[in-house]
Amino acid sequence: MKHKKVLIIGSSALKIGEAGEFDYSGSQAIKALKEEGIFTILINPNIATIQTSDYLADKVYLLPINTHYVERVIKKEKPDGIILGFGGQTALNCGLALHREGILKKYKVQVLGTQIDAIENTEDRQLFCNKLSEIDVKFPQSKAVTKVEDAIQYAEEIGFPVIIRIAYALGGLGSGICRTKNEVKKIASKALSYSSQILVEEYLEGWKEIEYEVVRDKYDNCITVCNMENIDPMGIHTGESIVVAPSQTLSNNEYHKLREIAIRTIRHLGIVGECNIQYALDPDSEDYRVIEVNARLSRSSALASKATGYPLAFVAAKLALGYGLHELPNSITKTTKAFFEPALDYIVIKVPRWDLKKFRLVKRKLGSSMKSVGEVMAIGRKFEETIQKAMRMLDIGVEGLTASRTKVEFEELEEALKNPTEERIFAVIQALKQGYSIDWVHSLTHINKWFLYKIQNIVNIEKKIGNHKSISKELLLEAKQHGFSDRQIANLLGKDAHDVYLLRKKYSITPFIQHIDTLAAEYPAKTNYLYLSYNSTIHDFDFNLKDSVVIIGSGPYRIGSSVEFDWCCVNTGKTLRELGYKTVIVNCNPETVSTDYDQSDALFFEELTTETIWEIYDAIKPKGVIVSMGGQTPNNLALKLHKIGIKILGTSPQSIDKAEDRSKFSAMLDELGIEQPEWSKLSTLQDALVFANKVGYPVLVRPSYVLSGAAMAIATDDIELTKFLQKAVDVSPESPVVISKFLVNAKELEFDAVAQNGKIICSAISEHVENAGVHSGDATLVLPAQRTYLETIRQIKKFSSDISKSLNINGPFNIQFLAKDNKVKVIECNLRASRSFPFISKTLKKNFIEVATRVIVGKKVEVIPDNIYSLDYVGVKAPEFSFTRLEGADPTTGVEMASTGEVACLGDDFDEAFLKALVAVGYRFPIRSIFISSGTIESKSELLEPARQLIKLGIIFYATPGTAKFMKANDIPVETLEWPISGKSPNSIELLKSGKIDLVINIPKNFQEEELTNDYLIRRTAVDYKIPLITNRQLAMRLAEALSNKNPHNLTIKSWDEY
Amino acid sequence: MSKNTALKNKARLELKDGSVFEGTVFGYHSSTAGEVVFNTGMVGYPETLTDPSYKGQILVMTYPLIGNYGIPDFNINDDIPEYFESNRIQIQGLIVSEQSELFSHWTAFQSLSNWLKKFHIPGLFGIDTRRLTKILREHGTMLGKIIIGEDNVGYYDPDVENLISKVTIIKKEKYGKGSSKILLIDCGCKKSILTNLLQRDVTVLRVPYDYEFSDEDFDGVVISNGPGNPAVYKQLVSSTQKLLKRQVPILGICMGHQILSLAAGAKTYKLKYGHRSQNQPVKEVDSNKCYVTSQNHSFAVDTKSLPRGWEPWFENLNDYSNEGIRHEKLPFRSVQFHPEAAPGPVDTSFIFDEFLKDLK
Repeated sequence: MKHKKVLIIGSSALKIGEAGEFDYSGSQAIKALKEEGIFTILINPNIATIQTSDYLADKVYLLPINTHYVERVIKKEKPDGIILGFGGQTALNCGLALHREGILKKYKVQVLGTQIDAIENTEDRQLFCNKLSEIDVKFPQSKAVTKVEDAIQYAEEIGFPVIIRIAYALGGLGSGICRTKNEVKKIASKALSYSSQILVEEYLEGWKEIEYEVVRDKYDNCITVCNMENIDPMGIHTGESIVVAPSQTLSNNEYHKLREIAIRTIRHLGIVGECNIQYALDPDSEDYRVIEVNARLSRSSALASKATGYPLAFVAAKLALGYGLHELPNSITKTTKAFFEPALDYIVIKVPRWDLKKFRLVKRKLGSSMKSVGEVMAIGRKFEETIQKAMRMLDIGVEGLTASRTKVEFEELEEALKNPTEERIFAVIQALKQGYSIDWVHSLTHINKWFLYKIQNIVNIEKKIGNHKSISKELLLEAKQHGFSDRQIANLLGKDAHDVYLLRKKYSITPFIQHIDTLAAEYPAKTNYLYLSYNSTIHDFDFNLKDSVVIIGSGPYRIGSSVEFDWCCVNTGKTLRELGYKTVIVNCNPETVSTDYDQSDALFFEELTTETIWEIYDAIKPKGVIVSMGGQTPNNLALKLHKIGIKILGTSPQSIDKAEDRSKFSAMLDELGIEQPEWSKLSTLQDALVFANKVGYPVLVRPSYVLSGAAMAIATDDIELTKFLQKAVDVSPESPVVISKFLVNAKELEFDAVAQNGKIICSAISEHVENAGVHSGDATLVLPAQRTYLETIRQIKKFSSDISKSLNINGPFNIQFLAKDNKVKVIECNLRASRSFPFISKTLKKNFIEVATRVIVGKKVEVIPDNIYSLDYVGVKAPEFSFTRLEGADPTTGVEMASTGEVACLGDDFDEAFLKALVAVGYRFPIRSIFISSGTIESKSELLEPARQLIKLGIIFYATPGTAKFMKANDIPVETLEWPISGKSPNSIELLKSGKIDLVINIPKNFQEEELTNDYLIRRTAVDYKIPLITNRQLAMRLAEALSNKNPHNLTIKSWDEY
Repeated sequence: MSKNTALKNKARLELKDGSVFEGTVFGYHSSTAGEVVFNTGMVGYPETLTDPSYKGQILVMTYPLIGNYGIPDFNINDDIPEYFESNRIQIQGLIVSEQSELFSHWTAFQSLSNWLKKFHIPGLFGIDTRRLTKILREHGTMLGKIIIGEDNVGYYDPDVENLISKVTIIKKEKYGKGSSKILLIDCGCKKSILTNLLQRDVTVLRVPYDYEFSDEDFDGVVISNGPGNPAVYKQLVSSTQKLLKRQVPILGICMGHQILSLAAGAKTYKLKYGHRSQNQPVKEVDSNKCYVTSQNHSFAVDTKSLPRGWEPWFENLNDYSNEGIRHEKLPFRSVQFHPEAAPGPVDTSFIFDEFLKDLK
């Protein structure tokens, strides 16, 4: 192969529409290239990814992905090739920009795989349609327009409903369905604010939505690795749909007609590597439309890869280097070639995971743009078995599709079916349970009746069980074969899950381990890729996993638990294998690297529930289970698993319980003489009010249990507390709330460490830029701490050491501290790896997970001395928010986490690392004008100095009336803008829409849940018009200082290893 | 369902090696015997079940959910059934993991179960088909029987029988109005071979496999697919040899490929468990061109036994068995896979074009 040095572009922070799947694809690409002896260079500021590990790419640049930084890296590294197809839309867009700006040509960098013109032909709607017309392939009637009036005219011409979209958009951003002229007007205006050109298209309501994953090599050999059918038909973005693979309701003619069109299209477009083609298929004829082609690895390709066992990303990378499909082995069977189409003998269902309830004012209706933050994939041999597994995997509190203790019910059933939200599947269940006909449900949802029949089967079995107080062996088996968990059955029988478990054992009803082998058992497979099914009669599994170590993964990505925990699990596995252990991974998230075929000795693509882990444990008899690497989901299982006799490795489950149980933890802290903010567990509103007044407002309120939704809030007075406790949660003895004193203007610090037998082996203290009140997952982290008193650090170390000793910690842990006036208090302690482990490990260049893993399996480790004072650089981790995609959501930060991802950059000092991190999450420099609304009087005065610094840089200020008055009184030149709803000019909103504002600083006045409409409108408009937004005072102050000290266009370009 | 009916519906599949699989009957309630083979296709059960090459076989579907989109209307009076490969179900029996009694599709007319019933074909569901498939893979294709209740039957080996005689056309039939005339020797011809030819604007004279064609006038010959062991059909091989002497362009498909190979002097052998799927990768020999093909055969041509003048055309990328041959100079070619697809991918329909080019 002729290339020697290849640059790979990553996908930056996880965001809605671009998540962990690109860590999987990028990592595979790097492996494929390395195998060929190619020197690989990666640019990706997402520090929590596997692809930015020291053992993959030869050079890693934790830098923003834009032409400025990529050009500087190209200039420095002089690669001869570049790969654009493995970093999602971010990498693809960056590649197109590099091409347009002539950078690739200037430095003679050749694009590997699919070429630029082919990418343009798929990305530009008009070019795309032209290409399809050339080969007689049908696409939705559509027209590109530049004016709202033209959009209306064309919509009237082709008839409603129509859909409006924009080219070059992630996951359908800015698109929407219009049923009336007015809706066209509204959506077209908004879409035209993102792009000068929009498309008006026929909208194919109720058509099936089908996708094919297509691979093509340079010899023109072409295969479709997998097809998938959306259970939610056209109208709901495929990332928002429940998807099944392979298609279930297509005939041979339909399946192969679409397959043939896929191949014809991909050949005509000249794709080399992997791509995805989406269709609409008429449910009443063979009529079809091609919706789009993604000329890159996508979320669907990651899913297809995990669904079939076919390593799409790895193969695509090899094809980009010039291999033919027939020249590559099938890495699953090892005996056959990569040129083949997998035959499945199981069914796969993907269900998206949403966190919409975490956002105030967000529109929950699903449509043509993406809102989900993660997904799960379930495997089974019946539809019913598989979908029920998937519902449990979501980790949203339900125990299956039905028969859960947690109920998701609708008063407006018809509305819930017709206008889908993230909970529609529960509306379907409710309708069928209430006896509504399948025809009726179908007419409202357009969900194919075959799927509804299957869901009806689940309802029927539920009824059958519910009708009896006891359950026969036959019915129990039937229920298990249809995916009922022991817990669901117990709920129906009014028993305990353990009773059902015992009954099952009595009847010898157990699941069997099944293989995924890509060829439906036609050839013997060497694979280690497994799932469980009750629709089998024998273990299809013959390797010895005795004394292996089981690692429980993190489950679906969601706000608060994301790629960072996969990084931890993968590193645990890697270390264990280096130590000579066999490893088993249990996880259910198709976007992860941990579920890659080469990451463990056995992979169970399964539920992370006690029942399932118990069955796996029983079947393979491992040495023990690690629950401290996959975040809170496995951590929550520790005590339950321990109680049923499963060996938990690392810190003892009793200690985990002691840290998790607030009362036990408090008692321990009292004993150690360590302070924490005053708190109490209360079960009536009256008690809550009394307590809040005793400790003084503001207080932090934490309900004990809320289904996948907003949980915490800050109340500043009796009225707010009452309102919250009455509106948001039920307070009762069964579900008490925890109320704690909220410290204003306190500093927050993270202590991450590994201990052995209670003795700390290595540790890191990072400080938050934002004061307490911003969730630690949304905070900007600095390592080493730059603005923390030595005395504070001393206290943190002392307290941590005491806690570690007291809990006899053996493994990773994290403690969050508050510091105010040199007094340190503990907020919480997690006896597991935390979100910041990848950040601290990579910044300090010592892998905390590797150390922790050695500890967990009982290897003696030496204390690693602290090197923070000798570090001559600083790491800054910044959050990425996906507010643009969450229509209506109020873009503020608070005690509930809202960010979907993170980046981290290194710099010679804080300012440099901070500015790079900001660019990486979407800030644009230079800033010429700022629109400020500075909040409370305290905040107003604190922001005076930063404003003066920024004025010196020639930045123009606009401000809302109060802020403007205050600034003028302090001799700061500023232009006043009227409040949005004042109706007066010059109005804030007008100016925001005009594109004259480069940055919005909007500091919320207090912690109130209900913000003033005016502030909300300013924040929302900023986000909708893609203007960077700061809502935190400390962040604004640090930015002003950084800009005063550094030119953001001239920051150092250094690879990770050069620090 | 009462307990009695539930018991009555219990049935079992017995394999010659003694393995027994218990399941529930659907379709027709009658015991049957045949050769047990598995197919890994994920769609296309109406086409598969009507493929005459399955004559004498009990078919195991490895894809667990069968019957989802029902069965289209048969149009039994038409010469050419639209959604089927012949005008009846050809298999002896069907084994699935789950059958969908309820179905959903715009072409659906009845359920799979109902359809089987009409053709007196028994089916079994609730079988661990993966376990069964692995047995068939390891032991090779085996004789087996579906036993319903006390109604036992003996094993039946289709390989020793003249199965083609049971599926060939009864008397010759003419289709199309094209200028070129193709003689289609029907060994159990799939409908799609005929329709693929007709789409290319030729006249097709479809004849029984033992038809005496020396008096007929034609421009080319297609020897179709069909069931059974090619070595049984000595008569057909010798009449093919006559065609070779006439130097008329020939295309053999599946059984036709094996017959042409035998006629050329090559040898055939039985594969351990055959190729029955829609994802068989084949590569054109001495090129980088690969295709995904639909296949259904137990026997294969031994490439090494090809006489001088003949060359391998395609090979299987999984096991490197022969997938096609052609003559170095003369217009004779044949393929083991199904260029007419149905069910399966349509990647290789160009084979028909290649053949028709030979006619010119």
